[in-house]
Amino acid sequence: MTTVSSASPGLPGTGRPDGNRLFGPLPDVSGDAGYEPDHPARVGFFTDTSVCIGCKACEVACKEWNTLPMDDANGTRDQMALSGMSYDNTGMLGANSWRHVAFVEQVRTVDLPMPAVGLPGRSPGTGDVHAHDRVMADDAPRAAQTSVLNAQSLSEFDPQTGQSGDREIRWLMSSDVCKHCTHAACLDVCPTGALFRTEFGTVVVQGDICNGCGYCVPACPYGVIDQRKDDGRVFKCTMCYDRLTDGLQPACATACPTQSIQFGDLDELHARADARLATLQGQGVQTARLYGRDENDGVGGDGAFFLLLDEPEVYGLPPDPVVTTRDLPSMWKHAAAGAAMVVGVVLTAFVGRRP
Amino acid sequence: MTSGVATPGGGWRRADPPSTGTRGDQRRTRKGGRRGRDGDPTVEDAEFSSYYGRPIVKPATWKNPEVPLYLFLGGAAGVSSVIGALGEFTGRPVLTRAAHHTAAGGALASVVLLIVDLGRPMRFLHMLRVFKPTSPLSVGSYILSPFSALTVATAGLHVLELVPAVRALPVARWIPGVRKGAAVGAAVFGGPMTTYTAVLLANTATPSWHEPYEELPFLFAGSALAAGGGVSMALSPPAESGPSRKVALAGAAIELAAAHRVEHGHGLVSEPYHLGRAGRLLRAAKACTIGGAGLTLLAGRSRTAGVLAGALLATGSMLTRFGVFDAGMASARDPKYTVVPQRERLAARQAEAAELAGGEARSVTR
Repeated sequence: MTTVSSASPGLPGTGRPDGNRLFGPLPDVSGDAGYEPDHPARVGFFTDTSVCIGCKACEVACKEWNTLPMDDANGTRDQMALSGMSYDNTGMLGANSWRHVAFVEQVRTVDLPMPAVGLPGRSPGTGDVHAHDRVMADDAPRAAQTSVLNAQSLSEFDPQTGQSGDREIRWLMSSDVCKHCTHAACLDVCPTGALFRTEFGTVVVQGDICNGCGYCVPACPYGVIDQRKDDGRVFKCTMCYDRLTDGLQPACATACPTQSIQFGDLDELHARADARLATLQGQGVQTARLYGRDENDGVGGDGAFFLLLDEPEVYGLPPDPVVTTRDLPSMWKHAAAGAAMVVGVVLTAFVGRRP
Repeated sequence: MTSGVATPGGGWRRADPPSTGTRGDQRRTRKGGRRGRDGDPTVEDAEFSSYYGRPIVKPATWKNPEVPLYLFLGGAAGVSSVIGALGEFTGRPVLTRAAHHTAAGGALASVVLLIVDLGRPMRFLHMLRVFKPTSPLSVGSYILSPFSALTVATAGLHVLELVPAVRALPVARWIPGVRKGAAVGAAVFGGPMTTYTAVLLANTATPSWHEPYEELPFLFAGSALAAGGGVSMALSPPAESGPSRKVALAGAAIELAAAHRVEHGHGLVSEPYHLGRAGRLLRAAKACTIGGAGLTLLAGRSRTAGVLAGALLATGSMLTRFGVFDAGMASARDPKYTVVPQRERLAARQAEAAELAGGEARSVTR
């Protein structure tokens, strides 16, 4: 029997005062989906990319636990191929890759401090060729943090940066995953109810319901969910729903050797991430930022959020994702106006005497 | 990008630009060349970073040509059903029959195409498991199902009336009344049939479908009016097809105007509507629609002109749907269309916040 779905927070009349429950912060995402108040706390991933070493243990653990088939960097099943662009041969998140370790190789030239030579005009009149050395020695911690060679200080804390001559090479690695959005576009647009919100606040596909319409694929602002062509249905990270119900941690977080992937209650992870960000910024890593942490962002905050060391798009993440259904009320209004226009035009055409 | 190493993220660039970069450069050059010719919106070549040029959002997995064809047939069927219902009550039997058959054929083909497009066609009834206002495909299923049932019933009753054995039955005198009821019922869903497909495309993260979400329903409505009016004009004599001609002309005008808004009103995101296959399809669509509209003016006197005009308008409408579909797919495949508009949005928001903070600071000092 057909029921009006309460799986997505789309029906007006209850809850938020402004009526638009498709957007904005949502403190109790599971409760909003219809779970009793005693449901478990919302869980999530905090992926701290500053300690990711790119070992891909998360990818392997995920594939093993969820018995995902092999595919190449373009999602072609049972193909083994090199992407030819980096050490990243997984390529992207998709139906068969629910964790994807991004490898970003960056380079920049640096002005190396040259201790023996005083720079012209740097310390006029003193003639003290050792001034620079002394500054470095006296004030080393402060200099390391405020130096224009920010990357130099970064390289002290960050194993991903190395120097070669006057060039500095930086490796950014990040284990990407489904964000389990507060306002999940895939869940909103699923016409069958195959995608649903779990009691843990995560978003999961029911394989026995999905009819392979594929609407969730272009709806996801992060490009996470995808269709398995030979199977027809869509697949994505479940945050190991089966393990969660048995009190275990997701496979990827369990396998991560550096605690780059941390699993836990989302509130606790937020606090941990804020502390980690403060530590890194205190150490002079000015480029560190949290991504998906802000519940006022376009998707109401992510269930899986990240600490990044560069702009999101460098990692293949959208800089300002917005859940497409935010604009759906306006779309329906315009569609209704268009439909009324159609009827109006045809009616008008029939009005008047026949020649 | 090279704004100095002291600024956050400053100085870092990708170690080895991927080979895809050159392909992008070539494309941009080509776009630059075209810009002068047809007066495209002047979009500066944007600098942006990406992960090895790989797309961020996934392009739709919908099958081509099934889905664009469905967008066209659904629209044409929707308008035809409204024309048919009004024809019933204004004494235009040939136009009415033609419109009803068009609506039923289009609706049936739509249902088949949609089922074929599913990854698991055997599970098509799962579409009606729930009703979700947040899912245009769910809402669409609840528009298409009654629409196809009622249009097929209407057309079926037209056919039944022609069978002598049925005409001899005592219930035969009820047939026209039932048919008119079904026709009106179908017409109720006819309008939504033409525009819900626009919401279907717009309610995605695909940049060139989502951004023009205010105009897309009118583009699809206009395109459907041109096709529905055109086909029923082609299938009925000039004496009866007066309303169809007016519908076709109005539809062509709306289609061209809305297409212009979609193709020029959204800066960078409008760009895919001019490039590559999408650009060629949409230029061909415009030529067909303008030609069809011109011939429609002669269709009152010449049946031949009417048939030609209807065919051209329908072709134009179909090419429009294929063009819009392709433009969206292209916009999803290039991370530029995802990153640059979002960056601009962020920058605008930050500027606004800075201005607000500046204003507050000033008021405090005052």
